[in-house]
Amino acid sequence: MNLFRDLRLGLKNLMLHKLRSLLAILGVVFGVASVIAMLAIGEGAKGEVLERIHRLGSRLIFMDTTKPADGERGDTTRARMSVYGLKYSDAQRMSASFAALTRVVPVKFMRKTGRVLERVLEVRAVGTTPGWFELVKRPLLAGRALSTLDEEQAANVAVLTEQGARRLLTGGEGVGSALRIGTEVFTVTGIVQSAGGSKGDLKTPDQDTDAYIPLSSARRRFGDIMSRGSGRTQDSELVELHQIIAEVDAENNVEAVAAGLGHLLKTAHRDSDYEVRVPLALLRQAEETQRTFNIVLGSIAGVSLLVGGIGIMNIMLASVTERTREIGIRRAIGATRTQIVRQFLAETVALSGLGGILGVGLGMLIPGLVTQFSKMPTQITPGSVALAFGISAGVGIVFGLYPAARAAALDPIAALRHD
Amino acid sequence: MEWAIELENVERHYPMGNEVVHALRGINLRMERGSFWAVMGPSGSGKSTLLNILGCLDRPGRGRFLLAGHETGRLPDDALSAMRLKHLGFIFQSFHLIPQLTVAENIALPLHYLGWEAKKSFKRAAELAERVGLGDRLRHRPSELSGGQQQRAAIARALANDPQVLLADEPTGNLDSATGEQIMGLIEELHRQGKTIIMVTHEPNLAARASLRLHLRDGLVESIEGEKA
Ligand SMILES: Nc1ncnc2c1ncn2[C@@H]1O[C@H](COP(=O)(O)OP(=O)(O)OP(=O)(O)O)[C@@H](O)[C@H]1O
Ligand SMILES: [Mg+2]
Repeated sequence: MNLFRDLRLGLKNLMLHKLRSLLAILGVVFGVASVIAMLAIGEGAKGEVLERIHRLGSRLIFMDTTKPADGERGDTTRARMSVYGLKYSDAQRMSASFAALTRVVPVKFMRKTGRVLERVLEVRAVGTTPGWFELVKRPLLAGRALSTLDEEQAANVAVLTEQGARRLLTGGEGVGSALRIGTEVFTVTGIVQSAGGSKGDLKTPDQDTDAYIPLSSARRRFGDIMSRGSGRTQDSELVELHQIIAEVDAENNVEAVAAGLGHLLKTAHRDSDYEVRVPLALLRQAEETQRTFNIVLGSIAGVSLLVGGIGIMNIMLASVTERTREIGIRRAIGATRTQIVRQFLAETVALSGLGGILGVGLGMLIPGLVTQFSKMPTQITPGSVALAFGISAGVGIVFGLYPAARAAALDPIAALRHD
Repeated sequence: MEWAIELENVERHYPMGNEVVHALRGINLRMERGSFWAVMGPSGSGKSTLLNILGCLDRPGRGRFLLAGHETGRLPDDALSAMRLKHLGFIFQSFHLIPQLTVAENIALPLHYLGWEAKKSFKRAAELAERVGLGDRLRHRPSELSGGQQQRAAIARALANDPQVLLADEPTGNLDSATGEQIMGLIEELHRQGKTIIMVTHEPNLAARASLRLHLRDGLVESIEGEKA
């Protein structure tokens, strides 16, 4: 009966300690989990931006025509023509003024109706130079891309995207077919793949319904004026170029060249009828965001780890008091102070290490959930797991030192007499 | 003559507020290797204080103490630990086994601090347990043993580092007389095997079984009796 009670008490005591230990390491668990989650989310966001920039080309600078805001004036009855946007001369001046530019590609967009026999597709006619295909690298699926000769001769040739071709050339026609763009007849010389579309704030320069034609042909066949009218209003616009894509020789020069191009455009344009986009700058932006994010989550992790460390210290101080007699026994047998310190430090590190393991487990779940619910990409690196683990061990050492030192400082005689 | 223990004018004072307790007031004593001493005296006479000094758990306030020829008075704490580990074995009145460790682990504890590898020290612990009649209790916890068994485990632990000197503070004080008798038998056997044994006891019939009896009174040696000192 007595023995039975003792056994049960011992068992209960053990369970109590299990719970107590678990509660003590909760802070470390959450601290470590948020470190892992923070790094995974940050890494994922950076990875995504990097991938997107890579798809766009990290050495590219995009300049787009934008319509100035002050265009509308109460008068809606008279025919009006607004002239704005990037000029052919802008593109020429750019390649002349910047040695660091390896390519300058002018682009003209027109919404046109494309026809092959009776099949119709609204296309984006892209008037550009052969350089386009070197900046927007997409695999050629059939035929050939635009050539310098096409440009010089203002040839009526067009390159379709895979998606466009699939809808227009369904009758088995291929390269060489006649494609009517608006009122003009072009010959399809090639088909390229397209990465068309946009992901987040980065639009790809190509779209699925593109029909690429030489810039010279676009000018000659369609001109620079576009009319858009209905009823009594008749608006027309004169836009020479809709986009200029510039390629810089090295990533390091991108930002300086972008600033130079901005300056060049500013002196040449009275209105702000253009916009300069630098994909590489998004990386800086992403890094900035990541830094902010890291500060926020890092503080949460820091507070959790602090609380966790204090929790562990508390439990270890209680443990030292409970085990005073044990410490006295070990000292009497011949354990040195250092050995006592080592013993208690090892226990604390084991405890916080356990918190670290649970935290890593939890931390590895969080990024998965984040990805599932917010579509935010996440990436757990081995380095972050090692870091989180190191942090938890560090917490064990830092917060275990004081209890261990207390244990080692006990006078063996007094410790032996303790009950 | 080879001395296990030499004390010269050993004093120990405890400051208590404004007063000073004179626990030991000048002890002169030499104990031969392999001798068996009983330390007696009324409560508060300084028996435990003396034993703490002999056990290198405490240093004399004044005077000299030599254990196996080494003076301990000025040794740093780590060196005192090393002295205990090398020369001494303790047997306590309340056994002082570590409750969360098994019998084998308790016995092997000194070997752990001596840096023995686990396998070898378990083997030695098993031999020692066999020697004190606990060969079948190796994996038990102290709480699963009777008082006599616990004290035998404690004696096995005290023997693990093969010390020259065994210090016992009322080793049978917590045991009934039959069990106490078994423990006394074990201690006598260790004496026959050549250990130096110093045992504090209140019981004259147990003290009678030692070869020498040291009587303390008020921190001084009152008398020594037994085979010639
Ligand atoms: N840590 C201490 N602080 C103050 N006084 C102490 C301390 N330890 C012992 N004393 C005092 O020293 C004297 C001797 O004590 P000691 O414990 O050596 O006696 P003892 O002979 O072992 O007695 P008992 O037979 O009761 O165990 C006593 O007066 C005691 O109060
Ligand atoms: Mg005493």
